[in-house]
Amino acid sequence: MEKSDLKSKIELLVIGGSAGSFNVLLALIPKLKTPINFAIIVVLHRKSGSTTSISEVFNLKTEINVFECEDKDPIIAGNIYFAPADYHLLIENDHTFSLDYSEKMNYSRPSIDVTFKVAADLYGDKMAAILLSGANSDGAEGLLYVNQKNGTTIVQDPVSSEIDTMPKEALKLFKPDFIANVDEIIAAINNF
Amino acid sequence: MLGYNLVDDEELEILLNDVANKYGYDFTEYSKASIKRRVNRLCALDKFTSFAELRYRITNDENYFGRFVEEITVNVTEMFRDRHFYKTLREQIIPQLGVNSYIKIWLAGCSTGEEAYSLSILLHEANLAHKAIIYATDINPSVLETAKHGVYPIGLMRNYSENYINSGGTTDFSTYYTANYDHVRFIGKLRERMIFATHNLVSDSSFNEFQLILCRNVLIYFDKNLQEKVFKLFDSSLESLGYLALGSKETIKFSELENRYQQIEKEKIWRKVT
Repeated sequence: MEKSDLKSKIELLVIGGSAGSFNVLLALIPKLKTPINFAIIVVLHRKSGSTTSISEVFNLKTEINVFECEDKDPIIAGNIYFAPADYHLLIENDHTFSLDYSEKMNYSRPSIDVTFKVAADLYGDKMAAILLSGANSDGAEGLLYVNQKNGTTIVQDPVSSEIDTMPKEALKLFKPDFIANVDEIIAAINNF
Repeated sequence: MLGYNLVDDEELEILLNDVANKYGYDFTEYSKASIKRRVNRLCALDKFTSFAELRYRITNDENYFGRFVEEITVNVTEMFRDRHFYKTLREQIIPQLGVNSYIKIWLAGCSTGEEAYSLSILLHEANLAHKAIIYATDINPSVLETAKHGVYPIGLMRNYSENYINSGGTTDFSTYYTANYDHVRFIGKLRERMIFATHNLVSDSSFNEFQLILCRNVLIYFDKNLQEKVFKLFDSSLESLGYLALGSKETIKFSELENRYQQIEKEKIWRKVT
């Protein structure tokens, strides 16, 4: 993918994933070219109450600073932020995070749809969103919303997805800008 | 469906000002991202087709305003949520409180009461309930009714029982409630030392001095400014050497309280040391 393919220079990349996405992130994050000129938010469905922190796992594998969001943390380009388990992740107009412990969406908290939508409202064509492997439909409508707000959209190729339900749900709704396997996704991010 | 927002930022501000002026409930310093999402969710639920229609209904129908408050405030809660937190309460904080001749606890934003019953169970198991009082408050009167009755769907008990055991509980959890068809009611002795009352953290002042204040996953819905005001309210309501407990992603860091409070290990519990 050429840089000119992008609708506009991005300030934010949001990656959503569920079952089968953790391994994709383990392959992907260490291969990102540093420094990155935008912020990355990862919304990953996972069990709450696990003792090892996800930011510690990834901080060992990349030079990029990886954080698990706390309430009202500012979004700073060059960093990776994970949505904390069991909270929805929202973004304020002043580009700080807000956490929300309201009802689950699509049986999920954090919900990928929620973060995709709030990010698209704020960043419009200055964002990209990637939907990875997963076993439910969370993220599909949110990705469509990103597309409608002129953001760049990428869906993991169902063939390369450990569980293809989530990518397929998105592809049922619309044609994203790119359908890509893991290596192609890495290349795309490094070209943003 | 993820619809477009019916209510935009400007309209939201108009609406929140209307509500503050007419009803005295001030939501203008709530976190915008969250309240905007809640208001738009309400519009979808109640099938409003324009901002004007929503505004008219809220400002002219007091009953509907009650629903508005219920729906835009988040009332999701559970028993013994965050096992590490409750383990620390059980093993360190509660025994420390026990050295006092009485124990006063404020649970701010108690919602439907699950945390109040969790606390009460901890106090009973530590044999301290007889000298403790739990003041459980919320902005929303209807959730307090649920809290007072202590009636919850039976389907939740499996999860709550697991949470209880994971946080160090050793009693048979089912001895704390009686089951009736699809609901359970928590036993009366857990309620004996609880006082439920409405309290609005935005506008109401301090009403007592406590040794422990719990306010978990409430501040995330407030903006920084309002958070700071609420921290001051808590500070003035907390005895020296009292504890302030927040939600797992909330912090007093960067607030005025930071230098006068000491964090308990890695938990979101701080002790007022000066």
